[in-house]
Amino acid sequence: MTPVAAPPVALGALAPVLIVVGTALAILVLDLLPPRERKTHLGVVTLAGLVAALFTTIAAWGGAGRAFRDMIVLDNYALFFHIVVCYAAALVVLLSVDYLRRAGAESGEYYALVLFSTSGMLLLASANDLIVMFLAIELMSLSLYVLSGLFKRRREAGEASMKYFLLGVFASAFLLYGIALVYGATGSTNFDRLAAAVAADPRDPIAVIGLGLVLVGFGFKISSVPFHMWAPDVYEGAPTSVTAFIATGSKAAVFAALIRLVVAGLRPTQPDWTALLWALSVATMTVGNVVAIAQSNLKRMLAYSSIAHVGYMLIGVVAGGTAGASGVLFYLLAYTFTTAGTFGVITLCERAGVEAVDVRDYAGLGRRHPTLALALSLFLLSLVGIPPLAGFIGKFYLFGAAVRAGFVWLAVIAVLNSAVAAYYYLRVIVAMYMQEPAGPPAAWAPSFAGGLALAIALVGIVLLGVMPAPFADLAQAAVAPLLR
Amino acid sequence: MTPGLLTLVTFLPAAGALALLLVPRRAEQALRGGALAVALAAFALSVPLYIRFDAGSADYQFVEFAGWMPSAGIGYHVGIDGISLLLVLLTTFLTPIALASAWRAIEDRTKEFVVVMLLLETGMIGVFVSLDLFLFYVFWEAMLIPMYVLIGVWGGGNRIYAAVKFVLYTMVGSVLMLVAILALYFQHGAATGVHTFDLPTLARWIMPPGLPQTLMFLAFALAFAIKVPLFPFHTWLPDAHVEAPTAGSVILAGVLLKMGTYGFLRFCLPLFPDASLAFGPLVLALSVVGIVYGAWVSTVQPDLKKLVAYSSVSHLGFVMLGIFTLNQQGLVGGVLQMVNHGLSTGALFLMVGMLYERRHTRMIADFGGLWKVVPAFSALFLVVALSSLGLPGLNGFVGEFLVLVGAFQVDAGLAAIATTGIIFAAVYLLWMYQRVAFGEVTREENRRLTDLTPREWALMAPVVVLIVWIGVYPVSFTRPTEATVEALILQVQTKAGVDVAGVATR
Repeated sequence: MTPVAAPPVALGALAPVLIVVGTALAILVLDLLPPRERKTHLGVVTLAGLVAALFTTIAAWGGAGRAFRDMIVLDNYALFFHIVVCYAAALVVLLSVDYLRRAGAESGEYYALVLFSTSGMLLLASANDLIVMFLAIELMSLSLYVLSGLFKRRREAGEASMKYFLLGVFASAFLLYGIALVYGATGSTNFDRLAAAVAADPRDPIAVIGLGLVLVGFGFKISSVPFHMWAPDVYEGAPTSVTAFIATGSKAAVFAALIRLVVAGLRPTQPDWTALLWALSVATMTVGNVVAIAQSNLKRMLAYSSIAHVGYMLIGVVAGGTAGASGVLFYLLAYTFTTAGTFGVITLCERAGVEAVDVRDYAGLGRRHPTLALALSLFLLSLVGIPPLAGFIGKFYLFGAAVRAGFVWLAVIAVLNSAVAAYYYLRVIVAMYMQEPAGPPAAWAPSFAGGLALAIALVGIVLLGVMPAPFADLAQAAVAPLLR
Repeated sequence: MTPGLLTLVTFLPAAGALALLLVPRRAEQALRGGALAVALAAFALSVPLYIRFDAGSADYQFVEFAGWMPSAGIGYHVGIDGISLLLVLLTTFLTPIALASAWRAIEDRTKEFVVVMLLLETGMIGVFVSLDLFLFYVFWEAMLIPMYVLIGVWGGGNRIYAAVKFVLYTMVGSVLMLVAILALYFQHGAATGVHTFDLPTLARWIMPPGLPQTLMFLAFALAFAIKVPLFPFHTWLPDAHVEAPTAGSVILAGVLLKMGTYGFLRFCLPLFPDASLAFGPLVLALSVVGIVYGAWVSTVQPDLKKLVAYSSVSHLGFVMLGIFTLNQQGLVGGVLQMVNHGLSTGALFLMVGMLYERRHTRMIADFGGLWKVVPAFSALFLVVALSSLGLPGLNGFVGEFLVLVGAFQVDAGLAAIATTGIIFAAVYLLWMYQRVAFGEVTREENRRLTDLTPREWALMAPVVVLIVWIGVYPVSFTRPTEATVEALILQVQTKAGVDVAGVATR
């Protein structure tokens, strides 16, 4: 009997994840030490951990680490997503510091959970195996379920947390069952061997059903129609900083796995998926945009808008190839900055001591806080896709990929959708600049960290909009090894 | 790379806007003065463009190129020819006037106002100088937002409706154009192996006629037709004009609408010649419908601003008519008519704005007998109205005459119907003028009206000088365009492989 060889342990490929997990553990210990009443220093430690992870990521660029029998890869593709996720997490932490104190929900667990969730996202981007992918998704999601119920006293928080948990678990079950079927059909959970098996027999019904179920699981996590029902309630009930994290980091991470599996792994079966994804994309963007029109709660509106943006990103998955995949990557980068900034402004606005979430609360903001109003306007215009901001370039690459791959009508539907979207985004700008407040106006809750986060996000969207070439090249370099 | 003259003219206003952001909000006079100085400086910089322009050449001049996103074939490529030269000058000429016209009218949020106006100027000039489809689209879309803010913040009672309508109409058109730009990019790339958004390169390529070309033409044409606005896409215009502040109306009528007609000239004709020829009769018919319809609807307007707004539909119909005759006279007339409309209608809006500042009403019925109270104002108003209706000796006549000469060669019947537009213009403008200026003073409030102030004289004088100049000696303005127009016609003919005039007369 041959002895079972222990796989070589190469922790280098996990370095960013380990740094983040280590920081989270440190936070849990530090939380028990004085000072007990202020938690700002924990935010600083969290940030330091994220920045360290970011630098590790940047240092590892260009390498192609593989570890644990190819279950984990640290290629440029994973690193690109690491950068996006670390940025998202860092922005969220910056936004949280003062926001949580004002809401009376400052706690050590918050930062630890954000970091655990981040580590799940990082792992998800590196996952090259269905099991690791599942574990990463669970690590990310479980932390987020708790985080979305952080405001224990609010009824919406309980609803959000419960709904997110139940539906999320439901989606995980789909995912797991799909994984089981795929394993049964192909005999492997490794993406590479999976791809080879699928290529050998693209029509194996068990594998196709299994992958379909995996896709359903992904659909839940990225909140694509018809699996989007949880998003508005969760976005509304969760603390705004957590909402920002769900909208940016978790989406980016799940897209990372989706593209690795579908665009790269399932290329032989591409035609089978294309029609399905096409319909999914159109339904997602249309439902998201149309329903967003009817929302007066800004957080719900942004929830539907984020559903619509998922629809745009699915265009890249439909189009496939380097152009489509790198289009999604660039879009996620742009979307992360834009969305984090938009939610960031919401965390900084309060009205009569309560967070300002209704569109009407923003009436007259342009007069009272011109800088804040300008920032929010720019973020919203970037979401609309007005040049020269990041959102426009992102759409340009995605729609370009669609036209190139011959999906002209998909691009037409998408651009008409973005014209519809202009209506509800502009409504916020209308409120800020063209209407007078009824009652006490929304006030800006001063926060240095929050301001810093907004400044970073603003620089991000302008830089990505005016000088997109280096970032687009980065995205190309990230997907190139994947599609070789 | 040192920025060239064209880059300076384009981005000076935006740079000025950023600088003015640093000026404290309370220093309103400094903000106004600063903005005016920047706009005048941009005008001063643009004059050498005209002086140093080689009228004999149809090539793009003052060309600048820099790689922007080289891997995608996107470059910062700017340059002007005889058509865009006039429109750039019109923009730099009208912006300081619009700013000065708002000296007293805009007292709320002056800082935002001047910043928005200057950003708008950069956007408009950028549209006219871009020789790269991507760059063009960036300016085209980016300039929507300042105009939206201008209408929505400083507009009249129904301003939000008008502003949102303006944006949504324009967006629907332009997003489809984006898809068409991408489709053109990949078609050209697939056919030649060169992936580029560079306009001169794309224009040299002969696209095979067929469905793709037709669809691309339609997408571009929709974007431009909404902007012009060509009948039946004009419904946003009266709302936008009526609600916009005077400065906004001047810019909207003076420059923004020209972006649509310019788009037809610069993009539709050279890029999609076959489709342009195929759809030519339809566009001609719609233009003539617009001419007559705009004139009729103007006649019955009780609101001065709405009257002028509908007259724009009629006048822009002449421009479109001229462009799609595809002959020398028609095209030169169309281009000149763009400038004329910018001057005359801009001036009309200015004068209506002056009345509104004094009386806070724009209803024709609220005036009457103004000649007795404010003779200088009334005299200038008459000159401007006459220029708008095409009195020989003033600018409007030259452009309309050339357009009609061009149209007559294509279809005499069409030209005849279009001519009635001039007659109706005389009807609505003179009837309006009669009710406003002649007769007895019907309202007591009107007796206390003050005549033109020195500031108002200062901003009207240059416009009137140009109105007379173009009317008497149009060659100064038609000469630079002639070579360009000739080359354009030749290009369309050779690319479509037909004798355009022959086909059109058939």
